Amino acid sequence: MKTLKVSVVTPDGPVYDSEVEMVSTKTVGGEIGILPGHIPTVAPLQITAIRLKKENDTDYVAVSGGIMEVRPDQVTILAAAAETAEDIDVERALRAKERAERRLQQIKQENFDIKRAELALQRAINRLKVARAKGK
Amino acid sequence: MASLRDIKNKINATKKMSQITKAMEMVSAANYSKAESKARSYVSYMDKIQEVTASVAMGSTDVNHPMLVSRPVKKTAYLVITAERGLAGAFNSNVLRKVYQDIKERHKSEDEYVIIAVGKVGREFFKKRNMNIILDLVGISDQPEFLDIKDTVSQVIGMFSDGVFDELYMYYNKFVNAIRNDIISKKVLPITDISSSKKLLSYEFEPTAEDILDVLLPLYAESLVYGALLSSKAGEHAARMNAMKNATDNAHEIIETYTLHYNRARQASITQEITEIVSGAAALE
Repeated sequence: MKTLKVSVVTPDGPVYDSEVEMVSTKTVGGEIGILPGHIPTVAPLQITAIRLKKENDTDYVAVSGGIMEVRPDQVTILAAAAETAEDIDVERALRAKERAERRLQQIKQENFDIKRAELALQRAINRLKVARAKGK
Repeated sequence: MASLRDIKNKINATKKMSQITKAMEMVSAANYSKAESKARSYVSYMDKIQEVTASVAMGSTDVNHPMLVSRPVKKTAYLVITAERGLAGAFNSNVLRKVYQDIKERHKSEDEYVIIAVGKVGREFFKKRNMNIILDLVGISDQPEFLDIKDTVSQVIGMFSDGVFDELYMYYNKFVNAIRNDIISKKVLPITDISSSKKLLSYEFEPTAEDILDVLLPLYAESLVYGALLSSKAGEHAARMNAMKNATDNAHEIIETYTLHYNRARQASITQEITEIVSGAAALE
Protein backbone atom coordinates (compact mmCIF):
# COMPACT_ATOMS: atom_id res chain seq x y z
CA MET A 1 0.00 0.00 0.00
CA LYS A 2 1.09 3.54 -0.72
CA THR A 3 2.35 5.56 2.17
CA LEU A 4 2.67 9.18 3.25
CA LYS A 5 5.65 10.72 4.96
CA VAL A 6 4.49 12.46 8.12
CA SER A 7 6.55 14.81 10.21
CA VAL A 8 5.41 16.69 13.29
CA VAL A 9 7.73 19.60 14.04
CA THR A 10 7.80 21.96 17.01
CA PRO A 11 10.17 24.85 17.69
CA ASP A 12 11.94 22.61 20.20
CA GLY A 13 12.68 20.01 17.56
CA PRO A 14 11.04 17.24 15.53
CA VAL A 15 8.58 15.07 17.46
CA TYR A 16 7.48 12.45 14.98
CA ASP A 17 8.77 11.24 11.65
CA SER A 18 7.46 8.17 9.88
CA GLU A 19 5.77 6.63 6.86
CA VAL A 20 2.06 6.00 7.44
CA GLU A 21 -0.96 4.87 5.47
CA MET A 22 -3.49 7.36 6.74
CA VAL A 23 -3.59 10.50 8.86
CA SER A 24 -6.77 11.54 10.59
CA THR A 25 -7.25 14.54 12.81
CA LYS A 26 -9.50 17.47 13.62
CA THR A 27 -9.01 20.82 11.90
CA VAL A 28 -10.81 23.99 12.87
CA GLY A 29 -13.34 23.10 10.17
CA GLY A 30 -13.91 19.53 11.36
CA GLU A 31 -12.59 15.99 11.07
CA ILE A 32 -10.28 15.27 8.17
CA GLY A 33 -8.70 12.09 6.91
CA ILE A 34 -5.74 12.13 4.56
CA LEU A 35 -4.61 9.36 2.28
CA PRO A 36 -1.61 9.39 -0.06
CA GLY A 37 -2.20 11.52 -3.15
CA HIS A 38 -4.20 14.19 -1.32
CA ILE A 39 -4.48 17.60 -3.00
CA PRO A 40 -2.08 20.21 -1.45
CA THR A 41 -3.92 21.69 1.52
CA VAL A 42 -3.22 23.92 4.47
CA ALA A 43 -5.45 23.79 7.54
CA PRO A 44 -5.23 25.01 11.13
CA LEU A 45 -5.66 22.29 13.76
CA GLN A 46 -7.66 22.22 16.95
CA ILE A 47 -6.13 21.12 20.23
CA THR A 48 -6.48 17.50 19.34
CA ALA A 49 -5.02 14.09 18.66
CA ILE A 50 -3.51 13.04 15.37
CA ARG A 51 -4.10 9.40 14.51
CA LEU A 52 -1.46 7.88 12.25
CA LYS A 53 -2.47 4.55 10.84
CA LYS A 54 0.32 2.18 9.88
CA GLU A 55 0.15 -1.29 8.46
CA ASN A 56 -0.78 -3.05 11.69
CA ASP A 57 -0.45 -0.35 14.30
CA THR A 58 -1.72 3.12 15.07
CA ASP A 59 0.40 5.94 16.49
CA TYR A 60 -1.05 8.89 18.34
CA VAL A 61 0.35 12.37 18.68
CA ALA A 62 -1.17 15.12 20.82
CA VAL A 63 -0.89 18.62 19.37
CA SER A 64 -1.75 21.96 20.95
CA GLY A 65 -3.12 23.62 17.85
CA GLY A 66 -0.88 24.49 14.95
CA ILE A 67 -0.94 24.16 11.20
CA MET A 68 -1.10 21.12 8.95
CA GLU A 69 0.42 21.24 5.51
CA VAL A 70 -0.55 18.46 3.14
CA ARG A 71 1.18 17.46 -0.08
CA PRO A 72 0.46 14.41 -2.22
CA ASP A 73 3.27 12.42 -0.64
CA GLN A 74 3.95 14.31 2.55
CA VAL A 75 2.21 15.79 5.59
CA THR A 76 3.92 18.35 7.80
CA ILE A 77 2.42 19.51 11.05
CA LEU A 78 3.80 22.65 12.65
CA ALA A 79 2.74 23.14 16.24
CA ALA A 80 3.86 25.13 19.27
CA ALA A 81 3.81 21.93 21.31
CA ALA A 82 3.31 18.27 20.48
CA GLU A 83 4.01 14.90 22.11
CA THR A 84 3.72 11.32 21.02
CA ALA A 85 1.59 9.09 23.26
CA GLU A 86 4.75 7.53 24.73
CA ASP A 87 6.23 10.90 25.67
CA ILE A 88 3.22 12.28 27.50
CA ASP A 89 3.73 12.84 31.18
CA VAL A 90 0.38 11.58 32.47
CA GLU A 91 1.01 12.77 36.02
CA ARG A 92 1.75 16.25 34.83
CA ALA A 93 -1.27 16.34 32.52
CA LEU A 94 -3.49 15.22 35.41
CA ARG A 95 -2.12 17.97 37.61
CA ALA A 96 -2.61 20.50 34.84
CA LYS A 97 -6.18 19.33 34.40
CA GLU A 98 -6.97 19.70 38.10
CA ARG A 99 -5.35 23.12 38.19
CA ALA A 100 -7.30 24.30 35.18
CA GLU A 101 -10.57 22.99 36.58
CA ARG A 102 -9.93 24.71 39.88
CA ARG A 103 -9.21 27.96 38.09
CA LEU A 104 -12.38 27.72 36.07
CA GLN A 105 -14.37 27.33 39.27
CA GLN A 106 -12.65 30.27 40.92
CA ILE A 107 -13.18 32.54 37.99
CA LYS A 108 -16.47 33.86 39.23
CA GLN A 109 -14.93 35.13 42.43
CA GLU A 110 -11.59 36.26 41.13
CA ASN A 111 -10.53 37.61 37.81
CA PHE A 112 -8.68 34.76 36.23
CA ASP A 113 -8.24 34.66 32.51
CA ILE A 114 -11.11 32.39 31.52
CA LYS A 115 -9.94 31.68 27.99
CA ARG A 116 -6.48 30.74 29.12
CA ALA A 117 -7.77 28.36 31.74
CA GLU A 118 -10.10 26.73 29.25
CA LEU A 119 -7.30 26.24 26.76
CA ALA A 120 -5.08 24.75 29.45
CA LEU A 121 -7.88 22.36 30.37
CA GLN A 122 -8.37 21.36 26.74
CA ARG A 123 -4.66 20.68 26.33
CA ALA A 124 -4.52 18.56 29.46
CA ILE A 125 -7.60 16.53 28.49
CA ASN A 126 -6.22 16.03 24.99
CA ARG A 127 -2.93 14.70 26.34
CA LEU A 128 -4.69 12.30 28.69
CA LYS A 129 -6.91 11.07 25.87
CA VAL A 130 -3.94 10.40 23.63
CA ALA A 131 -2.00 8.66 26.38
CA ARG A 132 -5.01 6.41 27.09
CA ALA A 133 -5.67 5.65 23.44
CA LYS A 134 -2.17 4.24 23.13
CA GLY A 135 -2.31 2.54 26.51
CA LYS A 136 -5.06 0.16 25.38
CA MET B 1 59.38 47.94 45.91
CA ALA B 2 56.53 45.70 47.07
CA SER B 3 57.41 43.27 49.79
CA LEU B 4 57.74 39.57 49.14
CA ARG B 5 54.53 38.81 50.95
CA ASP B 6 52.54 41.38 48.96
CA ILE B 7 53.65 39.84 45.70
CA LYS B 8 52.89 36.36 46.96
CA ASN B 9 49.35 37.46 47.87
CA LYS B 10 48.84 38.96 44.45
CA ILE B 11 49.96 35.77 42.76
CA ASN B 12 47.60 33.69 44.86
CA ALA B 13 44.65 36.01 44.22
CA THR B 14 45.28 35.97 40.48
CA LYS B 15 45.59 32.20 40.51
CA LYS B 16 42.21 31.87 42.20
CA MET B 17 40.69 34.25 39.70
CA SER B 18 42.08 32.26 36.81
CA GLN B 19 40.53 29.10 38.26
CA ILE B 20 37.14 30.80 38.33
CA THR B 21 37.41 32.13 34.79
CA LYS B 22 38.59 28.73 33.62
CA ALA B 23 35.53 27.08 35.20
CA MET B 24 33.23 29.67 33.64
CA GLU B 25 34.84 29.05 30.30
CA MET B 26 34.11 25.36 30.55
CA VAL B 27 30.50 25.94 31.61
CA SER B 28 30.02 28.27 28.66
CA ALA B 29 31.60 25.78 26.31
CA ALA B 30 29.11 23.11 27.39
CA ASN B 31 26.20 25.54 27.06
CA TYR B 32 27.49 26.73 23.76
CA SER B 33 27.59 23.32 22.10
CA LYS B 34 24.05 22.61 23.31
CA ALA B 35 22.72 25.98 22.22
CA GLU B 36 24.46 25.78 18.91
CA SER B 37 22.99 22.41 17.96
CA LYS B 38 19.57 23.63 19.06
CA ALA B 39 19.88 26.74 16.92
CA ARG B 40 20.91 24.62 13.98
CA SER B 41 18.11 22.08 14.31
CA TYR B 42 15.65 24.96 14.60
CA VAL B 43 16.51 26.12 11.10
CA SER B 44 14.51 23.26 9.54
CA TYR B 45 11.39 24.28 11.45
CA MET B 46 11.87 27.91 10.51
CA ASP B 47 12.35 27.06 6.82
CA LYS B 48 9.19 25.01 6.82
CA ILE B 49 7.04 27.63 8.48
CA GLN B 50 8.47 30.30 6.22
CA GLU B 51 7.63 28.23 3.18
CA VAL B 52 4.04 27.62 4.26
CA THR B 53 3.51 31.23 5.32
CA ALA B 54 4.89 32.45 2.02
CA SER B 55 2.62 30.12 0.05
CA VAL B 56 -0.47 31.13 1.97
CA ALA B 57 0.21 34.85 2.14
CA MET B 58 1.29 35.17 -1.48
CA GLY B 59 -1.10 32.58 -2.90
CA SER B 60 -4.06 34.60 -1.78
CA THR B 61 -3.61 38.20 -2.82
CA ASP B 62 -7.07 39.34 -1.81
CA VAL B 63 -6.41 38.73 1.88
CA ASN B 64 -5.88 41.69 4.13
CA HIS B 65 -4.78 40.37 7.45
CA PRO B 66 -3.95 43.16 9.94
CA MET B 67 -0.51 41.66 10.57
CA LEU B 68 0.37 42.02 6.88
CA VAL B 69 -0.74 45.60 6.36
CA SER B 70 1.62 48.53 6.81
CA ARG B 71 -0.07 51.49 8.42
CA PRO B 72 1.16 55.02 9.02
CA VAL B 73 3.79 54.84 11.73
CA LYS B 74 3.15 56.90 14.84
CA LYS B 75 5.00 54.69 17.24
CA THR B 76 7.78 52.19 16.72
CA ALA B 77 8.59 49.33 19.04
CA TYR B 78 12.07 47.93 19.47
CA LEU B 79 12.46 44.40 20.72
CA VAL B 80 16.01 44.04 21.99
CA ILE B 81 17.48 40.68 22.87
CA THR B 82 20.41 40.74 25.27
CA ALA B 83 21.95 38.31 27.72
CA GLU B 84 20.92 37.78 31.32
CA ARG B 85 24.32 38.87 32.57
CA GLY B 86 27.54 40.41 31.38
CA LEU B 87 31.01 38.84 31.33
CA ALA B 88 30.63 38.14 27.65
CA GLY B 89 32.94 40.67 26.09
CA ALA B 90 31.24 43.17 23.80
CA PHE B 91 28.23 40.92 23.24
CA ASN B 92 25.67 43.09 25.03
CA SER B 93 27.19 46.49 24.39
CA ASN B 94 27.32 45.90 20.63
CA VAL B 95 23.62 45.31 20.27
CA LEU B 96 22.68 48.01 22.78
CA ARG B 97 24.88 50.60 21.09
CA LYS B 98 23.36 49.81 17.72
CA VAL B 99 19.78 50.11 18.92
CA TYR B 100 20.55 53.26 20.91
CA GLN B 101 22.13 54.94 17.90
CA ASP B 102 19.25 53.96 15.63
CA ILE B 103 16.69 55.29 18.05
CA LYS B 104 18.54 58.60 18.42
CA GLU B 105 18.78 58.92 14.67
CA ARG B 106 15.20 58.04 13.83
CA HIS B 107 13.21 59.67 16.59
CA LYS B 108 13.06 63.20 17.86
CA SER B 109 10.72 62.72 20.76
CA GLU B 110 10.27 60.16 23.49
CA ASP B 111 6.69 59.50 22.39
CA GLU B 112 7.70 57.98 19.09
CA TYR B 113 9.12 54.74 20.35
CA VAL B 114 8.77 52.06 22.98
CA ILE B 115 11.14 49.30 24.08
CA ILE B 116 10.53 45.64 24.65
CA ALA B 117 13.49 44.29 26.57
CA VAL B 118 14.31 40.60 26.45
CA GLY B 119 17.18 39.86 28.82
CA LYS B 120 18.23 41.58 32.02
CA VAL B 121 21.21 43.52 30.71
CA GLY B 122 19.05 45.28 28.14
CA ARG B 123 16.35 46.08 30.65
CA GLU B 124 18.82 47.69 33.06
CA PHE B 125 20.39 49.65 30.21
CA PHE B 126 17.11 51.22 29.10
CA LYS B 127 15.85 51.71 32.62
CA LYS B 128 18.96 53.70 33.50
CA ARG B 129 18.35 55.97 30.53
CA ASN B 130 14.68 56.37 31.40
CA MET B 131 13.51 54.99 28.11
CA ASN B 132 9.98 53.73 27.84
CA ILE B 133 9.98 49.97 28.40
CA ILE B 134 6.47 48.62 27.86
CA LEU B 135 7.29 44.99 28.32
CA ASP B 136 10.23 42.98 29.56
CA LEU B 137 11.14 39.34 29.79
CA VAL B 138 13.98 38.42 32.11
CA GLY B 139 15.17 35.25 33.76
CA ILE B 140 15.52 33.38 30.49
CA SER B 141 17.28 30.09 30.97
CA ASP B 142 20.51 29.19 29.21
CA GLN B 143 18.64 26.78 26.95
CA PRO B 144 15.29 28.50 26.39
CA GLU B 145 12.19 26.57 25.37
CA PHE B 146 9.55 27.85 23.02
CA LEU B 147 6.90 28.01 25.74
CA ASP B 148 9.14 30.30 27.84
CA ILE B 149 8.70 33.13 25.40
CA LYS B 150 5.36 32.31 23.77
CA ASP B 151 3.27 34.31 26.23
CA THR B 152 5.41 37.40 25.93
CA VAL B 153 5.45 37.31 22.15
CA SER B 154 1.69 36.76 22.02
CA GLN B 155 1.35 39.85 24.19
CA VAL B 156 3.57 41.81 21.81
CA ILE B 157 1.47 40.72 18.83
CA GLY B 158 -1.66 41.69 20.74
CA MET B 159 -0.23 45.16 21.35
CA PHE B 160 0.47 45.53 17.65
CA SER B 161 -3.08 44.49 16.76
CA ASP B 162 -4.48 46.90 19.37
CA GLY B 163 -2.46 49.74 17.87
CA VAL B 164 -0.14 50.34 20.83
CA PHE B 165 2.60 50.58 18.20
CA ASP B 166 2.60 50.43 14.40
CA GLU B 167 5.78 48.62 13.61
CA LEU B 168 8.15 46.32 15.42
CA TYR B 169 11.87 45.98 14.95
CA MET B 170 13.93 43.26 16.50
CA TYR B 171 17.61 43.73 17.43
CA TYR B 172 19.79 40.80 18.31
CA ASN B 173 23.15 39.10 17.91
CA LYS B 174 22.99 36.60 15.11
CA PHE B 175 25.31 33.72 15.77
CA VAL B 176 27.66 33.11 12.84
CA ASN B 177 30.42 31.02 14.33
CA ALA B 178 32.26 30.65 17.62
CA ILE B 179 34.16 33.90 17.20
CA ARG B 180 31.71 35.97 15.27
CA ASN B 181 28.25 37.45 15.91
CA ASP B 182 26.50 39.83 13.57
CA ILE B 183 24.17 42.51 14.85
CA ILE B 184 20.86 42.15 13.08
CA SER B 185 18.04 44.64 12.98
CA LYS B 186 14.97 43.06 11.49
CA LYS B 187 11.47 44.30 10.92
CA VAL B 188 9.07 41.75 12.38
CA LEU B 189 5.69 43.48 12.21
CA PRO B 190 3.93 44.17 9.95
CA ILE B 191 5.10 41.08 8.10
CA THR B 192 6.20 42.39 4.73
CA ASP B 193 9.10 40.39 3.46
CA ILE B 194 8.06 36.78 3.40
CA SER B 195 9.87 34.93 0.73
CA SER B 196 10.91 31.37 0.25
CA SER B 197 13.64 29.96 -1.89
CA LYS B 198 11.63 26.86 -2.63
CA LYS B 199 9.04 26.63 -5.35
CA LEU B 200 5.64 27.63 -4.00
CA LEU B 201 2.76 25.22 -4.23
CA SER B 202 -0.77 26.43 -4.66
CA TYR B 203 -2.79 25.11 -1.77
CA GLU B 204 -6.38 24.39 -0.99
CA PHE B 205 -7.37 26.24 2.14
CA GLU B 206 -9.44 24.57 4.77
CA PRO B 207 -11.65 26.39 5.79
CA THR B 208 -10.45 29.75 4.36
CA ALA B 209 -7.16 31.58 3.84
CA GLU B 210 -8.15 34.18 6.47
CA ASP B 211 -8.70 31.53 9.13
CA ILE B 212 -5.36 29.99 8.35
CA LEU B 213 -3.55 33.31 8.49
CA ASP B 214 -5.13 33.96 11.89
CA VAL B 215 -3.27 30.93 13.22
CA LEU B 216 -0.24 30.95 10.98
CA LEU B 217 0.93 34.56 11.22
CA PRO B 218 1.16 34.70 15.04
CA LEU B 219 2.97 31.36 14.94
CA TYR B 220 5.29 32.75 12.29
CA ALA B 221 6.07 35.89 14.29
CA GLU B 222 6.62 33.86 17.46
CA SER B 223 8.93 31.56 15.56
CA LEU B 224 10.93 34.51 14.25
CA VAL B 225 11.47 35.84 17.76
CA TYR B 226 12.25 32.39 19.16
CA GLY B 227 14.72 31.77 16.35
CA ALA B 228 16.41 35.08 17.12
CA LEU B 229 16.55 34.18 20.81
CA LEU B 230 18.15 30.81 20.09
CA SER B 231 20.69 32.43 17.79
CA SER B 232 21.43 35.09 20.36
CA LYS B 233 21.86 32.49 23.11
CA ALA B 234 24.32 30.48 21.03
CA GLY B 235 26.21 33.69 20.32
CA GLU B 236 26.14 34.69 23.97
CA HIS B 237 27.63 31.42 25.15
CA ALA B 238 30.29 31.60 22.45
CA ALA B 239 31.10 35.21 23.38
CA ARG B 240 31.31 34.35 27.07
CA MET B 241 33.48 31.36 26.32
CA ASN B 242 35.91 33.57 24.41
CA ALA B 243 35.84 36.33 27.00
CA MET B 244 36.60 33.85 29.76
CA LYS B 245 39.35 32.21 27.73
CA ASN B 246 40.97 35.61 27.26
CA ALA B 247 40.60 36.35 30.94
CA THR B 248 42.25 33.06 31.85
CA ASP B 249 45.11 33.71 29.44
CA ASN B 250 45.58 37.21 30.83
CA ALA B 251 45.62 35.87 34.36
CA HIS B 252 48.36 33.43 33.42
CA GLU B 253 50.38 36.23 31.89
CA ILE B 254 49.98 38.34 35.02
CA ILE B 255 51.00 35.40 37.18
CA GLU B 256 54.13 35.00 35.10
CA THR B 257 55.04 38.67 35.47
CA TYR B 258 54.42 38.59 39.22
CA THR B 259 56.46 35.42 39.60
CA LEU B 260 59.34 37.18 37.89
CA HIS B 261 58.96 40.13 40.27
CA TYR B 262 58.78 37.76 43.18
CA ASN B 263 61.96 35.95 42.23
CA ARG B 264 63.74 39.22 41.62
CA ALA B 265 62.67 40.57 45.00
CA ARG B 266 63.72 37.36 46.72
CA GLN B 267 67.11 37.44 45.00
CA ALA B 268 67.53 41.08 45.96
CA SER B 269 66.80 40.37 49.59
CA ILE B 270 69.25 37.44 49.62
CA THR B 271 71.94 39.57 48.00
CA GLN B 272 71.28 42.30 50.52
CA GLU B 273 71.58 39.88 53.42
CA ILE B 274 74.85 38.48 52.12
CA THR B 275 76.16 41.99 51.64
CA GLU B 276 75.18 42.84 55.18
CA ILE B 277 76.81 39.73 56.61
CA VAL B 278 79.98 40.23 54.58
CA SER B 279 80.25 43.89 55.50
CA GLY B 280 79.51 43.04 59.14
CA ALA B 281 82.30 40.46 59.12
CA ALA B 282 84.63 42.94 57.39
CA ALA B 283 83.93 45.55 60.09
CA LEU B 284 84.93 43.08 62.83
CA GLU B 285 88.38 42.34 61.30
